[in-house]
Amino acid sequence: MRLLSIAELDLALGGHLVLEDIHLDLERGEIVTIVGPNGSGKTTLLKSIIGALVPQRGCIDKSPGMVIGYVPQRLHLDATLPMTVSRLMRLPRRRPRHEIDTALERAGVTQQASSQISDLSGGQFQRVLLARALLSSPDLLILDEATQGLDQQGMADFYRQIERVRQELGCAVLMVSHELHVVMRASDRVVCLNRSICCAGTPERVAASPEYRAMFGLDDEDALALYRHRHARPSLEIAP
Amino acid sequence: MILDDFLVRATLAGLGVALAAAPLGCLVVWRRMAFFGDATAHAAILGVALALLLSTSIFAGVLVVSLLMATIVSLLSGKGYAMDTLLGVMAHSSLALGLVAVSFVSGVRIDLMAYLFGDILAVGKADLAVIWGGAALVMALMGWRWSRLLTATLNAELAHASGIDPQREQLILTLSLAIVVAVALKVVGVLLIAALLIIPAAAARTLSRTPESMVVVAAMIGVAAAVGGLQTAYWFDTPTGPTIVSLAAALFALASVLAYVWRTALRIMAARPERSA
Repeated sequence: MRLLSIAELDLALGGHLVLEDIHLDLERGEIVTIVGPNGSGKTTLLKSIIGALVPQRGCIDKSPGMVIGYVPQRLHLDATLPMTVSRLMRLPRRRPRHEIDTALERAGVTQQASSQISDLSGGQFQRVLLARALLSSPDLLILDEATQGLDQQGMADFYRQIERVRQELGCAVLMVSHELHVVMRASDRVVCLNRSICCAGTPERVAASPEYRAMFGLDDEDALALYRHRHARPSLEIAP
Repeated sequence: MILDDFLVRATLAGLGVALAAAPLGCLVVWRRMAFFGDATAHAAILGVALALLLSTSIFAGVLVVSLLMATIVSLLSGKGYAMDTLLGVMAHSSLALGLVAVSFVSGVRIDLMAYLFGDILAVGKADLAVIWGGAALVMALMGWRWSRLLTATLNAELAHASGIDPQREQLILTLSLAIVVAVALKVVGVLLIAALLIIPAAAARTLSRTPESMVVVAAMIGVAAAVGGLQTAYWFDTPTGPTIVSLAAALFALASVLAYVWRTALRIMAARPERSA
């Protein structure tokens, strides 16, 4: 059964058309990544799905009762706001202790429940936000450049966690990212966005498509190298 | 009757304002809207002038102008002007307009100082009813919307994803701010209302670990400043509103020093080898 269906969506911000004629379907349990250059409308598309922006044209059909879990782009918490992890987990709705512990465990942060948010590292904070999004047992998990500011290792760990969460909860994942190679490995489907969708499909197909290469200014060699680099790794370990 | 004592009325007035200002002050500090309280308060002078010109109640005049100001700023924010620019324009122009308008009021001798600095000792029974009515309304609003306000303060998109409209919460906050300014006018006056919002919340920050504990501590500091300030002003015959704010400032300094000492003590304890086991 289809989870989310976007058709003919146009969205303008400040008189400029940011999204044009977007068609996008999401199935239950699939991981879809949106890639695209800065200002291509990635975040805008996510915002329109969570209802923060209203499109000028087109529709977003959500399957009835669908629950969305949202992990924002690096959240800035004002230093004047004292906040513990467990309090953040109870916003905006109270949750029983065991549910919070389960969610924190799923997201891979178990030791920090009573810590101040300001004492967490960037990676830990992102995981806490992931845990918070998981609390509502979402059918769709939306991540907006959730790994911005993390180092390569932190990023790879974070996406592995997402994959694990998908397996445990069976939720669909829609994410936006700049980190092309890491993200593409973790996705079932990739959508290239540059105001409108210029290509979409499996990571292999997209990486090989001319539109994708043109969009990121890669020549044939770069794209192939990127692709091989990712996929050749297991065999490299065997080779001397 | 106990309310016949002016000092009792003044104390109750101070309590009401301090309690309502605590949750509001915390939200204002978290959202970096400190200047908003100032701007609304300055606009209140225009409200006073208009009320005198139209011979309606001061409270009604101030409330209407503050609400208007809050709404205009909320609507205009993010439309080409930065918030602080917008507030600066609104605050000073409404203060100036108010002072000009006051000069047109003839026949009535206006003690402008009473509005600038408040006159808590002159609070009557009717004023007390207005103050507590407004304070109770604001506290009820804050209690009802607290989770939503807090989520919207955290992050607008996070709020949207939880089905909360951050714009609506912002409006509720600014309206509550307008109400508190209008009821607190008599207590500390236009120039010091913002102080009563910001200083207790700022003092509470270093002593709190959760948003709610910060509100409780801010309320305690506000109440201590109001009650203590009244007594101090009575003993030393100093102007009451400024004395209350000065005491709040002293509590802020004390809280900062305490927090510094506490952190240093923790660090020294942590550095001792036998503690690490």
